[in-house]
Amino acid sequence: MTVENSSRILRTVPREKAFYFFTSIGNYTGLSAISLKEFVDRINEVNVKSLEFHLGRGDFEKWTAEVLEDQWLAGEIKRIQRSGLMGEALRNQLSLTVSRRMKRLMNPGSFRF
Amino acid sequence: MDLEILKALQENSQQTYTKIGKRLNLAHSTVYDRVKKMENAKIINGYTAIVDLEKTGVRNILAIVTVYTDPKETGRVAEKLAQRPEVLEAYTSFSDELLIVTKVVAQSQEDLHEFIANSVAPMDGVLRIRTSIVTKKLKETHFSITNCTGQLHL
Repeated sequence: MTVENSSRILRTVPREKAFYFFTSIGNYTGLSAISLKEFVDRINEVNVKSLEFHLGRGDFEKWTAEVLEDQWLAGEIKRIQRSGLMGEALRNQLSLTVSRRMKRLMNPGSFRF
Repeated sequence: MDLEILKALQENSQQTYTKIGKRLNLAHSTVYDRVKKMENAKIINGYTAIVDLEKTGVRNILAIVTVYTDPKETGRVAEKLAQRPEVLEAYTSFSDELLIVTKVVAQSQEDLHEFIANSVAPMDGVLRIRTSIVTKKLKETHFSITNCTGQLHL
């Protein structure tokens, strides 16, 4: 992982490319994320129904892969989806995975992938 | 007289001016003149076919989408929504908060969600959105002038 790649994944994306948190079809919570940092924050505060909704649809995986361009994180999220976790256990696992990834990207020289 | 002509047109806009004239004891030319005046005054805004989408077999779902907004942005958001072909009707309202109520059509739940997630949620000033998918339509009609009395001022 190069410094350039890390910076790219950690960048702030335009508002139209933000992740918008819904709890079901068409029901927007008012929370959105425009960066990996905000993504972690929102995972920790949003209604857990929203996490279950988006994980089940593959929305998190898609956004991290296509917008943040972080294929590694998308793969990890896919693994969480397959684990079948629900509720607060799901929140904890998602939060842990994404925040660890963020910390590693913020210090790209200190870790090897 | 104009109200009576409007009532007749609302019942069936395809009937001839002669037929309306006979019913109202007016010459067809009078009916024609009055209709043209009402069209020019934008009292009559068009004639359209009312289509029962279910019977056409076209796949679609209807949803009532309520958009809660920052009061400073309500007008702008409502105007943008009203321009979208997916939005059949749009109203602004004030209850505890300023909100926009819309009737939205989409081909599927996924299309509906995509429209709301990609086009409505990102609008500046949108605070949150509540969506109810219509499962059964019991009544749909337009305002009828049939029970109105009085006179139009053209």
